[in-house]
Parts: sequence; structure tokens; C-alpha cells
Amino acid sequence: MSLLALHQAVVQRGKRVILDHLDLTLEAGELVALVGPNGSGKTTALRALLGLMPLASGTALIGGADVRSLGPITRARQVAYLPQSRPMAWPISVQDAVALGRFAYGGASQGLNTEDQAAVDQAMAACDLEALKGRAVTDLSGGELARVHMARALAANAPALLADEPTAALDPLHQWQVMQVLARQAKSGGGVMVVVHDLALAAAVCSRIVLIKDGKVLANGKPEQALTPDNIGAAYGVVAHWHQDGQTRHLIMGPALR
Amino acid sequence: MTGPIKQRRKALNSLLIIGGLLAVLLACCLGETPMRPLDLLRAMTGSGDPANSVIIWSIRLPRALAAWIVGAALGLSGAALQGLLRNPLAEPGVLGVSVWASLGAVIAIYYGLTSQFAPALQIGAVLGALFATGVIALVASSLGDTVSLILIGVGLSSLGGALVSLALNLAPNPFTLNDMVSWMMGSVANRSFADIGLSGPIIAVGAALILATRRGLSALTLGEETAHGLGLDLVRTRLLVTVGCGLAAGGSVALAGAIGFVGIITPHLVRPWVGGDPGRALVPSALAGGLLLVLADIGARLVPSDNELKLGVVAALIGAPVFLWIAANRRRNWGSA
Repeated sequence: MSLLALHQAVVQRGKRVILDHLDLTLEAGELVALVGPNGSGKTTALRALLGLMPLASGTALIGGADVRSLGPITRARQVAYLPQSRPMAWPISVQDAVALGRFAYGGASQGLNTEDQAAVDQAMAACDLEALKGRAVTDLSGGELARVHMARALAANAPALLADEPTAALDPLHQWQVMQVLARQAKSGGGVMVVVHDLALAAAVCSRIVLIKDGKVLANGKPEQALTPDNIGAAYGVVAHWHQDGQTRHLIMGPALR
Repeated sequence: MTGPIKQRRKALNSLLIIGGLLAVLLACCLGETPMRPLDLLRAMTGSGDPANSVIIWSIRLPRALAAWIVGAALGLSGAALQGLLRNPLAEPGVLGVSVWASLGAVIAIYYGLTSQFAPALQIGAVLGALFATGVIALVASSLGDTVSLILIGVGLSSLGGALVSLALNLAPNPFTLNDMVSWMMGSVANRSFADIGLSGPIIAVGAALILATRRGLSALTLGEETAHGLGLDLVRTRLLVTVGCGLAAGGSVALAGAIGFVGIITPHLVRPWVGGDPGRALVPSALAGGLLLVLADIGARLVPSDNELKLGVVAALIGAPVFLWIAANRRRNWGSA
């Protein structure tokens, strides 16, 4: 049974169809990149998987159960969610921000039991945050803040993790580090679905790529099968090819030649 | 939570409780008939001058307690609204909640409802406050930034203030200018234990509802989308804060009229002590609000003037500059709300 699944999901906003009979699954142990041009429905697909977006038709399942039948706490224990917009309203400490990841277990910043504390410590270690734990989140650089949000999501210890553009606005090294953290999470048995715009990065790190356009799946499979030059051209209108470099293959893209 | 913050918060709470108690005792000692601590003790136990006992039990103690209760209700509501709206400028006075509560109270009094049913005053004030918190809760989630919400509050305040004037002008019962000033500026002069008995329970229920949301308010630090993902029932949290603040602010207006800015100063003062967390700021904000308003009321009584200063005037004199300072330094001191 899949950790998360959308079956023939349709989401409409007014007359516009955002998701058009979309099928999407996430299994334990895989790192899936959800890619596609701007406005293709990636964020909506994640929100639909979480039950935050009502479906016009189709079903969203978490651990085989319809999301509408799950309370917010039950749902949060199954799926951790790292949304695209990540405001920090108050100058709380890094440690307190990560501790909010334990919200669904009753532990938040008001007080943590040993299990909560262990999860928070582990997540902070995974994101290399021990040195920052007393700092106010409002004083951090973009790269540091991205790690705090990642640690907060990991602290939930949920079987599934959905991350919406966790690498946005990060320099290449920090992008790579964030993807490595996600890859380790998948390797340790978690299912991770991540929205990214850097196809080369996605191809290098992820075990599976789902390419969507106009709310429909255009391709779904291993990086080289999904991100063929034809598929990339159809989705984005750019030219792409795979370059063989010793043992590894890299994806290279450029603007379409007219 | 890190250890030092927990200890600091406990120390802060103890300090504020002791400070509040001392301020209430001080308020009982000061006045036209000054009393030394020993006189106060005798007056309280009824073993001294009977006139002193009357002064304490009928005038000074209920007045000081009313100030503490109102300050605590406003401090708590301010902290809760700031947490819910993720906005360091939110507060019942600034958002227009207090003035709408005044409107409800004025209608209840001047259209003769209170003469038939005494708690009509409290009911009117609470309904007015609930209307305003309801409007704010409805529009807040569709507003992206801090400033638009405050502008909504400015609009609500102006409209509420105009309606209070209109209601007083059209009232079948006569009123004096002083009545209107009392409702708009607030005062705890001449309050009795009976008044406290009517408003206190309403404020207590409101406070209980607000305190039930403390973990949710902490989660909302990360924004609504993330808080939702964390498992927070957003609708329930919004409802509890809205109704809780309506009851607490409405009850406090029924007791003392509209007093602004307490709810903005106290969360701001206590936040550095609690590591910035809005859930943890609730209780100390309430305690600090009580202490602050008792001190402000002592100030209002002691400033030599022909007409006693209104408590709301003193609160605004302290609070409005703080409001301006927070507004001017918002970008530097707070995150991307």
C-alpha cells in the first residue's frame, strides 16, 4: 500500500482546471521529484495529497485511508509538510522552531518529553543545526533558515514528507545539502516527495521523477526515462540532452533554438 | 523548550504576581486619606477606624481590583490577537474591538435595557466586541500583510466611535459629556464588587478559551499553511481566540470602558523573556497588563487636576508612543509576518 496516493484527482478553481485526473503515489523509501513548469499544479498536487485542497472528483489516500476521514492530528502524524511559503512571525529560537515539528505528538515549544526531545535533537543533527540552536530564527541567513524548516519537518518522524521547493533561493551548495538530507531520509525508509525546479539536481539525486504539465502527468519514472529530451521539450519548451561523463550521466539544458 | 527560558518565565511570572499584589496594596494606601500599611491592615480586618474600612472595601480595593482585572484581560487579549494574526501591532484597542464593545454598552445603557435587566450592559459590550473580533477574523486570513489589518482596525475604530456618538446623540435618556468620555477613554472610578461580579466571570471564560489555544498560537509562528500541516485545527483556533477575545475585551469594557494600548505594550514587554513564543507570552502578558493598569490608575488618581484624569488617557500616554516605536521598528525586529 502506498504511503500517499491521488487517484484521478480533479481540482478546479472557478472554471480553471488545476489538476486534471491526476494520479500520483509515494512509496516508502523513495525520493520522488515532482517537476513541471510554473503553474502546472505541483503545489496543488501536494496540498491535495495532504487533504488541504478539496477535490472536485477523485480520491486522496493517506496510508490507504481517505484524507477526509482523518483528523488533523492523525494526518500530521502520517505526513510532514514543508510548504513553499515559510514565514517566521516571531523571533523564536531555532530549537523552539524545530520543536514545533512535534506538534502532532502533544509536544510543542511548551514542553517536550524525552521522545520528542530525541526527535528534535536527531533532526537538528541531521540538518547540522546544533551550533545554532539558541539563535533567533529571524537572525538567520537564507541557507540556515532553510535547514531550520527542514529540521522542523524531519522532527515529526512521519513516514511521508512533502517538501515544496525547499531549495528555492538557495545557492548551489545549500541546494545540494538540502537534497542530501532528503536523500538520507528516503534511504532510512521514509517516503519523500519534493518539488524542485532544477531538473539536473532532481535527476542526480531522486529515485523517481514525476513530470506534470497543465495538471496532467506527462512522464513518470526513473530520471533518464522521465526526463527525455522530448518530454522536457514538451513540458518547458527548452532543449535538453544527457551528457555521459565517465560512469555518470548529467542532464544539460539550454534555450530552445528557433 | 530550553531550560533557561523556562526558569526565566517562572521568575517573570512570580515577579509580576508579587508586583501586582504590591501595586493593589499601594493603590489602597494612596489617596486623599493616606494610610500606612498598618492602617491598611486594620482597615481590611475591620479593627481600625470604621471610615477607613469603608474607604478600602467600597472604594479603593474594588477600584484597584477592577483595574487589575481589566489590565489582565486586555494584556491577554492583545497577546492572543497578536499570536493569531502574527502581528505585533494587533490589540483590542487598535483593532477597534474596544470601541465596538463601548457601542454595545452605550446602547444597552442609554436605551434603557440595563434598567430592566442589569447584565444587559455586559451582554451589549460582549456582543459589540464579538462583532469586531468576528469581522477581523474573517478578513484577516485573506490579508497578506501587517499594515492592511491595522488599517481595517482604524476603519472599524472610526466607525465604532462615530456610532457611539450617534447612539448617545439619539439616546432617549439624557447623558452628559462626561459619560461619553468615560466610555471612550475608560475609567475604573467608583467601581464596586458588584460590577466586578458581573464582568469578572465573563472575562474568566474568555481567558480560559484563549489559554486553550496556546499551543496553536505557538504553531502559527510558522504561518497558517505550515501550522495546518503540523496538525493544527485552524478553524477551531481562530474561533476560540475570536470568541475568547470578544468575551475578555467585552467584559473589560463593561467594567471600565474602552482602554487602549495595554494589549500592545504588555506582550511586547514580556516577549524577550519568553523567547518570542506567542503561546508562552499569554500568561505573563495578562499578569503584566494587570500590574500596568493598577499603576496607571494610581497615576490617574495622583496627578493633581480639577477633573480626575481618565485611566484610558494615562494608558494611551504610555502606550501610544510604544505603539509608534513598534510600528517604526517593525521590519528590524520582527520576522516576515
